[in-house]
Amino acid sequence: MATGPNKIRLSTNPTDDAIAALQIGDIVYLDGTIYTAREGVYMRVIEDRVDLPLDLPAVSAANFHCSPAATQHDDGSFVLGAVTATASFRFSKWIGRWLAASGAKLIIGKGGMSPEDYRDHFVPNGAIYLTTVGYGTGALLGRGVKQVRELHWKKELGLAQAMWVIEVENFGPFIVESDVAGNSLFERENAKIAANLEAAYEGTKPAVLKRFGETDDRKDEMI
Amino acid sequence: MIGIDLVQSTAETLMRKAAIEIPDDYLAGLKTAAAAEDGDLSSFVLEAMLENYAAAKEDSRAMCGDTGCPRWYVKMGNEARIDGGPIALEAALRRATASATSSVPLRPNRVHPLWRTDHDNNVGIGAPEIEYGFEPGGDWIDLVTVHKGGLFGTDYRMLFPSDGIQGIKRFFLDSLVAFGKRGLACQPAIIGIGLGGSKDACMVLGKRAACLRVVGDRNPDAKIAELEDELKDLGNNIGMGAMGFVGKSMVIDCNIEVGYCHTGGMQMSVHAFCLSSRRAVARIYGDGRVAYRTDPQWFTDYQRRETVEWPQAQTKSG
Repeated sequence: MATGPNKIRLSTNPTDDAIAALQIGDIVYLDGTIYTAREGVYMRVIEDRVDLPLDLPAVSAANFHCSPAATQHDDGSFVLGAVTATASFRFSKWIGRWLAASGAKLIIGKGGMSPEDYRDHFVPNGAIYLTTVGYGTGALLGRGVKQVRELHWKKELGLAQAMWVIEVENFGPFIVESDVAGNSLFERENAKIAANLEAAYEGTKPAVLKRFGETDDRKDEMI
Repeated sequence: MIGIDLVQSTAETLMRKAAIEIPDDYLAGLKTAAAAEDGDLSSFVLEAMLENYAAAKEDSRAMCGDTGCPRWYVKMGNEARIDGGPIALEAALRRATASATSSVPLRPNRVHPLWRTDHDNNVGIGAPEIEYGFEPGGDWIDLVTVHKGGLFGTDYRMLFPSDGIQGIKRFFLDSLVAFGKRGLACQPAIIGIGLGGSKDACMVLGKRAACLRVVGDRNPDAKIAELEDELKDLGNNIGMGAMGFVGKSMVIDCNIEVGYCHTGGMQMSVHAFCLSSRRAVARIYGDGRVAYRTDPQWFTDYQRRETVEWPQAQTKSG
């Protein structure tokens, strides 16, 4: 690449100004503390109304949609190897209430969320979405982990769904997928690709037997 | 006689290798794709992945935080004998899977589908899957572990003879476009395609085509080999690259496996082996030697046999 994208170091409790300065496509590395929360934690907090086990967003405003490749020894110590995000679109039904309850400003995950989620939930809460790269730069992200600080709800949710609180430094790379105005990098790219799809499909034909629920609009984002 | 402790220790080594070391054939394929890629964002992503493989090896840590679902393919030479028999073999593979999950560590991905119970060791009902093949001659067993990732990138469709190659191409593109958006399929990937069989056999063939054949390998049927090339090019000309960004890297290679099917149908399955195409192989010989490799060499002439009997002459050559 002749001209690389912008690279930015960002706090996990970023100021409003720092968030507003980010543009979609910027590369971000995080410093501070992040925590993992996905469907297990969301259901427990939002549906079962269990109190949060830590002070959010004071401890961290960065929610990682992730289950680390990690284990806890009998003496309570942790071994954490690689960390990689899981696909975020599946958490749409909880994200609005979660942003309100947790005060999260950074949602980190795989693949972004829908334009409606950005408009209805992220923008009003001043939050943005950072996507992991690859996917699967798990080893690079693992290098940015300084230590596991706490592990909550291991017994209730299992290692994969538990809430890991992790201290990080130069933790990345991530790409800014949605900005403070709710613009989406994936949407922008998808629109560009859609222009070429008809040509790519030339010389093919639809299946003789259709399936229920099928869309033939391949410009759809599917999520 | 192959000792069961050797089976377990070899299996544990394989679990570690699969999680940490990207196979050479895939790495070379990805480097070629990275050199050809001209989309800015896609290029950045591929370069980051190459850095990531190096970091994983250097630090001896899993290359991806989602370490997939470990499974085993066991191929036995016809003369192989295992201490304790196949029951002991299965127990050793399950123990190795559990112990490697905490020693590497791997992510304990396997849970009950309804109750979400997690034993934190990747072992449970039906997990890990253990599948078998046999080969004429030989006192060895091949242990192959595949930790396939991804909830996305796989699909099945019943096509019919009248759909023809055009229909195959359409379903192939549909699968890549649908799962490639936002990079859900973790492309560029080795794409495996199953054609024919029955629904279950078709899925098995496609998954094995993705996970048990290497980049650059071609089907022995010259016309199917041509179709593999054609589909690879088709996928790389969608205009989409890594993470669903503008680019041209979707398919590192395309492998097709076929099986005879009902005269009225043409089953098709598509499988994407992700950016972390985790596979590792070891051959354990009867005398206790162990040789590690990354090419499963699963699809031999014998595995693809199409006649009633396997000719005796070939059986003896082993």
